[in-house]
Amino acid sequence: MNREPRGWMIFSALVALFLSVLPLPHWLEVVRPAFLVLAVLYFSITAPRAGGIGLGFFAGLAIDIFQGSVLGQHALALALVTYIVVREHQIIRSKPALQQSLIVFFALLAYEFVSFAIDGWTGHPITNPLRWVHTLTGALIWPLVIALLERGHSPR
Amino acid sequence: MAFGVSANRSLASRGPSPGFRFALYAIMSVTLMFLDQRGEWLRDVRYVLQGAAYPIQLAVSSPSAAWRWMSESVQTRDSLRAENEQLRTRQRQLEIRTQRYDALARENAELRGLRDALPPVADKWLVAEVVTIQPNSLRQSVLLNRGTRNGVFKSQAVLDDLGLIGQTTHVGPWSAEVILITDPEHAVPVEIERTGLRTIAVGTGTGLALPYLPANADVKTDDLLITSGLGGVFPQGYPVARVTGIQREAVQPLAQVRAQPLARLDRVREVMLVWFRPEHPAAPGSTTGADLKAGDAKAQPQVAPPKLKPTAPSSGPESETPKPGATPGGSPAKPASGMPASGGTPAKPSGAAAPSNGAPRPSGAAAPNNSAPKPRGAPGPGNTVPAPTEPSTPPSSPPSTPSAPSATSPDRTSSNAGVQR
Repeated sequence: MNREPRGWMIFSALVALFLSVLPLPHWLEVVRPAFLVLAVLYFSITAPRAGGIGLGFFAGLAIDIFQGSVLGQHALALALVTYIVVREHQIIRSKPALQQSLIVFFALLAYEFVSFAIDGWTGHPITNPLRWVHTLTGALIWPLVIALLERGHSPR
Repeated sequence: MAFGVSANRSLASRGPSPGFRFALYAIMSVTLMFLDQRGEWLRDVRYVLQGAAYPIQLAVSSPSAAWRWMSESVQTRDSLRAENEQLRTRQRQLEIRTQRYDALARENAELRGLRDALPPVADKWLVAEVVTIQPNSLRQSVLLNRGTRNGVFKSQAVLDDLGLIGQTTHVGPWSAEVILITDPEHAVPVEIERTGLRTIAVGTGTGLALPYLPANADVKTDDLLITSGLGGVFPQGYPVARVTGIQREAVQPLAQVRAQPLARLDRVREVMLVWFRPEHPAAPGSTTGADLKAGDAKAQPQVAPPKLKPTAPSSGPESETPKPGATPGGSPAKPASGMPASGGTPAKPSGAAAPSNGAPRPSGAAAPNNSAPKPRGAPGPGNTVPAPTEPSTPPSSPPSTPSAPSATSPDRTSSNAGVQR
């Protein structure tokens, strides 16, 4: 791989952002995976130099704006997760899809936990257990995410 | 590990190491959060960002909007005529009811000894459309297509034809976020219409709960809850919810009361933003829209302390004027009653309110004259009798009217009212 898929990355991040702010009925919203986070994770693994931690930070900031949460909350959470994934991207990349799903699951858990903790510190905790549901659905559709996003560029 | 190291090295050739970059971004995030939480320094940034995000939000909601437009435009002539007929009947009914209302208002005004019937409490209405439900399903909020360009301000009351919807939290140039009354972080000061008992209705996510009613409180299923006018956001007398269930357990000092909002919060499409006449007795507390627009709009409670300042000196002489004493009392009561507020602000303003009350308090404690309210654990259920204001404010001048609703506020006020003596 010589050329970084920057255009493709930005395009898919925007599409993912659209998908994650699309108004849905309530029950669907609960299980809606965090598309933008998944896209960021994908590019952190396959093309860590294209976006990296900066991508994570700005994607998180966009989530903050659209969700009306404290500015910087999801930015921090996503930057942290991206950092870890970028560090270990070669290990993760060499795993089969199923194990990657598991890793993504833990990454999503870490992401949600950080934002959960910040919710608590800033004084409006959401203790509703439904907030964790999307980590599971996100891990489940991970193979699909790979299949889709691989079409736009030639990883490795 | 060898992999990780080599990755580091290859990345390092292109600039700072990931660790360094992460530290940088982490510091940026934390700073942002700090600035957004404390103080109002990020308000303008947020305002701009919200303006920038609005086109995307519009675009995202456009499919459903287009669908609605389509289905509306292909309606048949017959169905339109039927709807027209229905609306006409409805309008007639409402007009008849309004006539009755006018008569009642006049009668009420006479009873109050006022010379003229008062104008309606709502000064101005603005219809707004719900653009999207906020993507985060765990918070109950919606986005409206009106912003500061239309004069919308923070903590403005939002209603629909059936009842209360919520209040604005973040206002952008063309859009405004509204927190619904069912959000777990939102609380509405209400009173039970049948008895006049005041309490607080807190959102539960799906409905409302009245967590501060004592077990022996006079509540029944199907009781109508209306806004009590305390809290400085909602005016008095608008329907909020209907009580759906009550649980009283012998061991529990408080009853567990649930209520269902009257407004169709889950599928509301059009709502009303309301401006109130600040001088009207039923207008929300002592805080007016103008205050909020000018004031540091982070949250409603924060407005209260500045409001105190101007009035405090006037009560400083603390000789005659019961009025000014009563007025500031209204505002601190708001934060104390845990009014909604975005952010962790509630704690702050109540702290801020305490010192400003501090000076008067000693004398206030000395003279608990008309303290109908219960102590302070339960903010709401205090005074069943709205009377206290009337005796404490003897036949006094017209300016008294605006303070009337706030003077009836639960606990803080009583300590403040004590100051007068």
